[in-house]
Amino acid sequence: MSDAGAREIMLDIENVSLSFGGVKAITDISFDIRKGEVRAIIGPNGAGKTSMLNVINGVYRPQKGTITFKGRIRRSIQPYQAAQSGIARTFQNVALFKGMSTLDNIMSGRSLRMHRNFFWQLIHVGPARDEEIAHRRKVEEIIDFLEIQHIRKVPVGKLPYGLQKRVELGRALAMEPELLLLDEPMAGMNLEEKEDMSRFILDVNHEFGTTIALIEHDMGVVMDLSDRVVVLDYGRKIADGTPDQVKSDRAVIDAYLGVARQEAR
Amino acid sequence: MFYREAGQFKSSYATDQAIFPLLQDRIGFFTILAIAFIGVPLLADDFILDAIAIPFLILTLATIGLNVLTGYAGQLSLGTGGFMGVGAYACYKLTTAFPEVNIILLILLSGVFSAGVGLVFGLPSLRIKGLYLVVTTLAAQFFLEWCFIRIGWLYNYNVSGAIDSPERSLAGGLVLTGPNADSVTRYLVVLAIVAVMTLLVKNLIRGRIGRSWMMIRDMDIAAELMGVRPLVAKLSAFAVSSYICGVAGAMFVFFYLGSVEPAAFSITLSFQILFMVIIGGLGSLIGCYFGAAFIWILPIFLRNVLPAIGIDIGAENIVHLTSMIVGVLIILFLILEPHGLARLWQLGKEKLRVWPFPYA
Repeated sequence: MSDAGAREIMLDIENVSLSFGGVKAITDISFDIRKGEVRAIIGPNGAGKTSMLNVINGVYRPQKGTITFKGRIRRSIQPYQAAQSGIARTFQNVALFKGMSTLDNIMSGRSLRMHRNFFWQLIHVGPARDEEIAHRRKVEEIIDFLEIQHIRKVPVGKLPYGLQKRVELGRALAMEPELLLLDEPMAGMNLEEKEDMSRFILDVNHEFGTTIALIEHDMGVVMDLSDRVVVLDYGRKIADGTPDQVKSDRAVIDAYLGVARQEAR
Repeated sequence: MFYREAGQFKSSYATDQAIFPLLQDRIGFFTILAIAFIGVPLLADDFILDAIAIPFLILTLATIGLNVLTGYAGQLSLGTGGFMGVGAYACYKLTTAFPEVNIILLILLSGVFSAGVGLVFGLPSLRIKGLYLVVTTLAAQFFLEWCFIRIGWLYNYNVSGAIDSPERSLAGGLVLTGPNADSVTRYLVVLAIVAVMTLLVKNLIRGRIGRSWMMIRDMDIAAELMGVRPLVAKLSAFAVSSYICGVAGAMFVFFYLGSVEPAAFSITLSFQILFMVIIGGLGSLIGCYFGAAFIWILPIFLRNVLPAIGIDIGAENIVHLTSMIVGVLIILFLILEPHGLARLWQLGKEKLRVWPFPYA
């Protein structure tokens, strides 16, 4: 979407720094994510991409900097509060609930939207049952959307990797998030699976209007999917712009290909 | 051939989410229920009711309690015996203070005290996990045992230090507890409580709260990022688990033993319940019944069958022999089927589904 620059800012990250003891994971990074765009975060291994996502959804608390989400400056928050504010995510190494079926995994994404109290759930009649069924209907829509009807009742531990990734996306979608963080959604997939996943990501963005922040190593995918790209290296931001701008950026090429040492010339 | 879902179409989510979606399962379930409520009271003698059926049901309930905590919420605990004791002593104090109140009501109420104690000892679970949590629940076990022995107020300062169930009856004059209570009456009351509580636990597990427990068990960080508060999920599991164990403990005294010393709620009982959970299958309700049956009934079975088939080893050795056999069986079981009897049951059903072919 070419008009990304004109949209309002959903998440604004200003001068954020994060360190673990002496190790600096993120140093003074600023960028923003605009409503409705697909924002890619790329960089070599160890650049601080996943740490950045963990800062956004409250797993890590940065030592410095401010984060503004939906116009409100965010103080230190717990991960569940980030979820309540409308941020969902998937994980680099699939983090599904292994003992539960596909259906239950996706249903678990509805937790925040289910409100019947303990005693209603205990008897499981009337409103409690109606609520469960209403959410089941929503979950079935997601199952249809991701084309995973056939594995509805299968424990996710038994599924092949590609499908697990898809179920994980479904679980995040069930939260109906405003901001969806995807940590390497296509890692370890073959070409066909990558094409499927790309299609799902674009559909989510277009049909549901979900804002997406995406970490990915496959440059072809990043260039095709994203509206804007931010490039990290050694915990610093080295470039920010449209895919075309970033692709021709000197610092980015150096970071990915390495820099020739001066003496060698 | 006979156990198949073919032709059973579901046209609503409500039927698909039923506890027994298959007709065959429903038939089986209601048959068992009918046998338990009608067949057993008519046919069984007092020995079967007193020594097998009643303790089996009560221990099943305790197993369900621990399974909620360990199997569903993933928090290991060795304090089951202590939590059962809290229920028993609370019920004793309540019924001696308010003799006119219905005993069943008091038994259900005494679980609340146990839940409170469980909540307090569940607090460390927010910080520590796995084996370290076991150590803190072990501390709960020993602390509670100490209380049962040392705090005279709990057993009304009687000389023996034991608590015994006084005679309590319904308004109609039907004697429920005490030495004069009829076995069949006690059996039916226990069965009804256990059956209803199993249903309620099942309801919790298939709803939001049960899912939040399993989310914490399977991947706590992902659960938190989906909006589950670990504090609420873990402590609610501790509270529900301890409540169930407390009710089981109260029934253990009032409907089974009649009179207990503090040693009845020792670490041995905790281990016994834990074995039932593991043998039966973590995270399975039907497994609780299997596990309790295996651990409780097998020794009784061996004790009676060995002499009957002509192997006479003397009464003094038979206890040792049964514990050796049960021990070996437990070890074999854990090696061959670590997911317990519930998993075997499930495999059996899958096999039955494609029978007479080896696979579908």
